[in-house]
Amino acid sequence: MILLFVSLFSFSANSNAKSITLGWAAWDPANALQELTKEFTAETGIEVNFEFVPWPNFADRMLNELNNKGKTFDLLIGDSQWIGAGAVYGHYVKLNDFFDKEGISMSDFSPATVYAYSTWPKGSPNYYALPAMGDALAWAYRKDWFDRPELKSEFKKKHGYDLGVPANWNQLHDMCSFFQGREIDGQKRYGAAINTERGSEGITMGVTAAMYAWGMEYENPNKPYDMEGYFNSPQAVEAVEFYRKLYEDCAPPGHSDAYMVANLDAYKSGQVAFQMNWYAFWPGVSKEDSDGRVSGFFANPKQNVAAATLGGQGISVVKYSDKQDLALEYIKWFARPDVQQKWWDLGGYSCHNDVLNSPSFPTSTVYAQGFLDSMGIVKDFWQEPTFVELMLPMQEAIHDYVVNGKGTAKGALDKIIEEWVEVFEADGKL
Amino acid sequence: MSVKKKFKGLSDKAVAWLFIGPSVFLLLAINIYPLIYAIRMSFTNFYANKIGREPQFVGLKNYIKVLNKEAIWEKMQVTANFMFWTLLLQAVIGLGLALLLNRKFKGNELLTTLIVLPMMLSPAVVGVFWTYLYNPQVGLFNYVINFFHDFGSFDMIGSSVLAPWSIVIVDTWMWTPFTMLICLAGLRSVPNYLYEAAEVDRASKWQQFIYITLPSVLPFLLLALLFRGIENFKMFDMVVELTSGGPGSATELASINLKREAFEKWKTGYSSAFAVILFVTIFGFGNVYVKVMNKIKER
Repeated sequence: MILLFVSLFSFSANSNAKSITLGWAAWDPANALQELTKEFTAETGIEVNFEFVPWPNFADRMLNELNNKGKTFDLLIGDSQWIGAGAVYGHYVKLNDFFDKEGISMSDFSPATVYAYSTWPKGSPNYYALPAMGDALAWAYRKDWFDRPELKSEFKKKHGYDLGVPANWNQLHDMCSFFQGREIDGQKRYGAAINTERGSEGITMGVTAAMYAWGMEYENPNKPYDMEGYFNSPQAVEAVEFYRKLYEDCAPPGHSDAYMVANLDAYKSGQVAFQMNWYAFWPGVSKEDSDGRVSGFFANPKQNVAAATLGGQGISVVKYSDKQDLALEYIKWFARPDVQQKWWDLGGYSCHNDVLNSPSFPTSTVYAQGFLDSMGIVKDFWQEPTFVELMLPMQEAIHDYVVNGKGTAKGALDKIIEEWVEVFEADGKL
Repeated sequence: MSVKKKFKGLSDKAVAWLFIGPSVFLLLAINIYPLIYAIRMSFTNFYANKIGREPQFVGLKNYIKVLNKEAIWEKMQVTANFMFWTLLLQAVIGLGLALLLNRKFKGNELLTTLIVLPMMLSPAVVGVFWTYLYNPQVGLFNYVINFFHDFGSFDMIGSSVLAPWSIVIVDTWMWTPFTMLICLAGLRSVPNYLYEAAEVDRASKWQQFIYITLPSVLPFLLLALLFRGIENFKMFDMVVELTSGGPGSATELASINLKREAFEKWKTGYSSAFAVILFVTIFGFGNVYVKVMNKIKER
């Protein structure tokens, strides 16, 4: 009996000492990571527990945990915008010494992802995360519908060019409105499932896809935080107006508070010809093509410039963890090129150059080339420590204009700047 | 034995304190202390997420900022509209249902149980499943409305005109049974001899309702509305699940805005001032309301 107790106690003590907890959002790539991590456990004997939080609660849950100096997570795959807060408020461990010691070089990773997911201040050689999951906002479309001769000829007759991957946002609108309300195979179809979500970041991520393509800049490049004339430039205003037009003319009925899952549902149920979403979902969409549905994928169309909204995350070690050494061991393993290749094979989006620059990469999946194209043109929302305070007014003002139809695009952008000035003033930046 | 003796020696006052002590302690710890702390915070520029930054005293700045902010008044207006319509509808429909169920008929008990069911559900769950009911493509709500009159496809949650009504409808659906139950209790407390005497005096049914039923049930109805008013002033979960405060800010109630300011933007000082203002508002209205209610009861 005593022996049993002792062995149970030692097992429990041992398992506690050799286990870590990783927090991320609950979505397809998280399942792929869980699968991949089995190899880490087999190699090192370190158990990895996962806590995956649904997207709508992801930021709240994780940021509250960090603000409370919680020890729940040893590793965190946090959104790119959190890097500022992670570094400034000391939530994340600075990884420079560790990278130097282990020979992990940031030049082995795609520069855009290192800039976006790892560095603070932006672009400086201060690393707080290892690029873990490359991502950008892109588009999926019903290739099977596009290939139908009767639809192709009708579209060409109407618009004078071929129905296919849109070369710019105007063409995207033409195509989406072409499908809006159209009956295909006895069912009414609609144009595009676009981001309109109000609560977290959805509509901001959607509208910025247009704003970046129109050439919007957040601030004066020579005078940080000077936003007047940049964020509310005529191009930015035009982009926001266009996004509203896209919503009004092409979204399915009831698509007024939709983000990742709602867009996927609208697309998978055959309601829409296009969906806007993250690359992270394309492996699932592609795999689940059935009943004649064939999906095509393309990077965010250009308008005045080629640009795409950045998604994705880096993996960081939480400063409050008691098991930082084990967490760092995981990062060391995850940074290995062979592990990164397996990560891509399982459906994760590796940011490692060995994977991305491999000659077979562009043809490895139907969306791989689009991913490469997108990662070269990505732009991100503010990554300031106050990014949540910056995100919320934008969500409200843009939703008010695009979905609620209230006011003007210029008025909405002016209102956002006003709120942002207040945030930067409170943060001592202005 | 000694313990028994010890307790025997306690005065009535001491025993009373022994019983109420834990409650008083909990009240002080959970209600009063946070309230005082919030009031203190409301005079500072404290941000709960800015670790290591000491809050500074800013006087009445937060209060002035809240009261001068146009967006806050918009939220208060949304809240006032929501409260007005929900309370009005719940009073009228609740009283009507109570009058109906106060009669004896076959299936009365089953009907009462069915009517009370929505009240038993979690507000968050109600919010989620009404989003499906309101769906313009597959939702039952559009189908039912169009069955009576063809309005075509309309989006209750996505339209700025309809969205405020969408939350009023759901709250009324959920909480009218509460008003009904309290009114029913009031109706059942009216002595029968009053109606018998009225009939002897040849009072019509309408006169009986105006002079006997309504005055008797009014204090109960007012009490129900007081509870509902307080609840709806701080309404949060159902509306967040249903509309997230949208489209835009068309259904962003004061409580939702307060949560966003306090726990998403982390403006702790500012949101404490806002919370104090909301507290004073509801406390003031509540006090006036109770005084009016007592006067009506005394009549």
